[in-house]
Amino acid sequence: MSDHRSNGSGNGPGNPGKADNANPENAKPEKGVSRRSFIKGAGVAVSAVTMLREGLLSPTAAAADAKVAGPGAIAMTLKINGQAHKITAEPRLTLLDALRNNLDITGAKKVCDRATCGACTVLMDGKAIYACTLLAIDAQGHDLQTIEGLSAEGALHPIEAAFVDHDAQQCGFCTPGFVMAAKSFLDAHPQPTREQVTKGFGGNFCRCGTYVGVREAVLDAAGRMRGGRA
Amino acid sequence: MADYKWPAAENRSLIGKRISRLDGPLKSSGRAKYSFDVNRPGMLYGKMILSPYAHAKVTKIDTTAAEKMPGVKAVTLIWEVGKEVQWAGQEIAAVAAETEDQARDAARAIKVEYEVLPHLVTDATPQQAGADHSKQLSEQKTGDPDPAFAQAAATIEGTYGSPVITHCCLESHGQVTEWQGDQLTVWASTQAVSNLAGEYAPAMEIPAGNVHIITPVMGGGFGSKFNSDVWGFACARLSKKSGRAVKMLLERDHELMVAGARPSIYAKVKVAAKADGTLVAWKSESWGTAGPGSAGNPTLPYVFRPENRSSRHTAISTNIGPARAWRAPNHPQMALITMSALEDLAAAVPMDPLDFFLKNIELTGTLAKVYKEELLKAAELMDWKKKWHPRGQMVAGPIQRGLGLSLHTWGGGGHQSNCNCTIHPDGSVEVSLGSQDLGTGARTVIGIVAAETLGLPLEAVKVNIGDNHYPASGASGGSTTVGGVSSSTRRAANNALNELLAKVAPSLGGDAEQLEAVGGVIRVKGDTSKFLPWKQACAKLASTPITAAGQTSKDLISSGVGGVQMAEVSVDMETGVVRVEKMVAAQDCGLVINLKTAESQVYGAFIMGITYALHEEKIMDQQTGRCLNADMEFYKLAGLGDIGELVVHMMTGPGYDDRGVIGLGEPPVISPGAVISNAVANAIGVRVPTLPITPSKVLAALESKGAKA
Ligand code: FES
Ligand code: FES
Repeated sequence: MSDHRSNGSGNGPGNPGKADNANPENAKPEKGVSRRSFIKGAGVAVSAVTMLREGLLSPTAAAADAKVAGPGAIAMTLKINGQAHKITAEPRLTLLDALRNNLDITGAKKVCDRATCGACTVLMDGKAIYACTLLAIDAQGHDLQTIEGLSAEGALHPIEAAFVDHDAQQCGFCTPGFVMAAKSFLDAHPQPTREQVTKGFGGNFCRCGTYVGVREAVLDAAGRMRGGRA
Repeated sequence: MADYKWPAAENRSLIGKRISRLDGPLKSSGRAKYSFDVNRPGMLYGKMILSPYAHAKVTKIDTTAAEKMPGVKAVTLIWEVGKEVQWAGQEIAAVAAETEDQARDAARAIKVEYEVLPHLVTDATPQQAGADHSKQLSEQKTGDPDPAFAQAAATIEGTYGSPVITHCCLESHGQVTEWQGDQLTVWASTQAVSNLAGEYAPAMEIPAGNVHIITPVMGGGFGSKFNSDVWGFACARLSKKSGRAVKMLLERDHELMVAGARPSIYAKVKVAAKADGTLVAWKSESWGTAGPGSAGNPTLPYVFRPENRSSRHTAISTNIGPARAWRAPNHPQMALITMSALEDLAAAVPMDPLDFFLKNIELTGTLAKVYKEELLKAAELMDWKKKWHPRGQMVAGPIQRGLGLSLHTWGGGGHQSNCNCTIHPDGSVEVSLGSQDLGTGARTVIGIVAAETLGLPLEAVKVNIGDNHYPASGASGGSTTVGGVSSSTRRAANNALNELLAKVAPSLGGDAEQLEAVGGVIRVKGDTSKFLPWKQACAKLASTPITAAGQTSKDLISSGVGGVQMAEVSVDMETGVVRVEKMVAAQDCGLVINLKTAESQVYGAFIMGITYALHEEKIMDQQTGRCLNADMEFYKLAGLGDIGELVVHMMTGPGYDDRGVIGLGEPPVISPGAVISNAVANAIGVRVPTLPITPSKVLAALESKGAKA
């Protein structure tokens, strides 16, 4: 079975870098079988058709005891790359839309918009999360890092430099997500094995097929970062 | 004077080397600005309402409620009352509002009524689909297969095929539009920068010269992004109505439902060989759906042309959604059908497929020598002779390994491309083309060719593409871009250089014919003491830069490549899960300009191929007429953990380089489905007839084998 299938949320053992509170759904684990643990356990035996028919993909309710805000626009403050940003927006705004639409911070991309592909990966308190599946209001009070905060304009972080050298991007649309996932992964695994790299990026997809370059780039970046060039 | 021919191998300083792509730093640092990332002052967001029905007549569209919704600034109709929709996901109307969420709410508030009509969305055979949905497209016959079958030593019959799959570009289709008076600017995610103005102009009733198309980078197209599409025009109308810029990119479900589908092709095949493996006869009946229209005809058998062959194809019209060109149209399906049948035949002879394909190599025609060299190279890299075992020979335990191979071909050539090369008096150089880089590395190829021609380092050349104000260049499709842009750039740079040499000649002995540009200097050929550094040479231009033009030139490019791939898989007989252990490609593409990005094309094609071989299928529900997996949880893409070891060998050197430049986007994506299917058959001793090779299909094939045994 493909590693990423058991790891769609990025919370699985294969991707320890992802924070557990990425999704409001995960904030309060419910008793019994959650949608996510069901999908995780279901594996290849369950077809898409079955799951859709049984309604397992219908949106589940958010935590019931959350404070009520909105539905009109409210003021929020997001701490991004060390800087506080104030926005006024409806509470249903996702962190990804807040970054891209309200703040013109566009490195994180929107692809699946539902915690599958990793294109929107940013770091929250140092851990990789899917910005498409976290509300902006819930991201308040946390330290957020986007790819724009990884290197200064005109300079490259060792991970970014390794991605360039190993041609780990084609169209490049998935690349910022991979770079941020790599940052989180290498912080957790400064000396990863090839096997760990192969297993650790199941939460990110690339359509152009850059995985060979990504695998080499992450291994190389680990060496560069250990070498104190970070 | 410089000449147009490609430099000889010993004189190449950049061409054929491994060079990092020019836009790599921008992409890897998240600073590349895609159409999706363009945020204009006061910009609105556009959203569309789609038909939930696969076949229906629209009887009413009421936008009054939507117009009054918060934040809404404009509404426009895309479909009209009385017109029939032919697929679920057909766009009916669009709105523009201050935020994405408001636009989504408003689109939902548009009331559309339908008269629902019967639909067909299953991937049916001509018999199942019935005469109303079937159209026989062609019949081809050479020689006479029937008597040949009667005399053959080995004959097999089988059914093979692959379903409709989608493009699933990560940057969905769409654009940002903005008007200034009667000037329209479109930041479009497109494969055809120079062509779109001609589509927007009549639709918007303005001259084409008033339309500015901008696409510095784009997030994947794969054949699905050649046109403005209805959403492009709707977006421009919303902008016009509201007086604001509007961004409208498709939501993921919409993208998967309508913005690209590769037609299905299935075939019933009968094929025969002599006892020594010589292929003698082929007969096939194929069918497939490309949605309501009919897509191209497959040519079967693929690559091999046995003396006696006949084939017939029937197009099935369905309400599955519209087809678009998908990387190497028809070829992956033709390769799957042909190479599967041929390996099944080899197993029946019985013969090692490597020997079988070599035995019949002359039936491939003019590329026979290329294929033979590639087969031998790939076999060496795969260690084929050591690893291969006869079909059905099992080892103890649940995990079985197998090998498969396939051959493919593609045309290439060069599209019409124009390039301007400007040399400034300060020594800086620009090359400008209305072309685009889909992620293939075209931008870097252009830079390498210009720099090589001018004897400069790559960094000395500024490459301007992705804008229709630059000289017109063709759309990027059919692997024609690198042929087009490399030859137009070579000529433009040569022409500019010749003008420069003429200006510089008086200071270097007076004869421009005797000058060359090498290593950052202009020098007298054969006399290294007489030279001018590039900057000083350009200073002779005083205040007027040189701009010279170049066009696609046939003498620098070629078409017609051959490729061979092999796969090694392991199959878990208990769960049916297939793992790709290793894949090998030996690929020809003439003269390689950038080995690094060429290899990346092949790696990427392998991975796309693993994905369509094992996962991809647009699953339709005949009850509702809708696509069941219009999302990325269930429209599965392979991940980093699924790819195994990938080995790419580009065929270069004498016999390859001298053919000139040939494109590479399509060829390597053709064979992966066939090689994986063949490797699975070799591993488990029975054919899984259709892609994707899912665990349930593997288990079903094993069961049918057990039943027969
Ligand atoms: S866009 Fe967030 S995971 Fe795909
Ligand atoms: S580089 Fe295009 S999607 Fe990954």
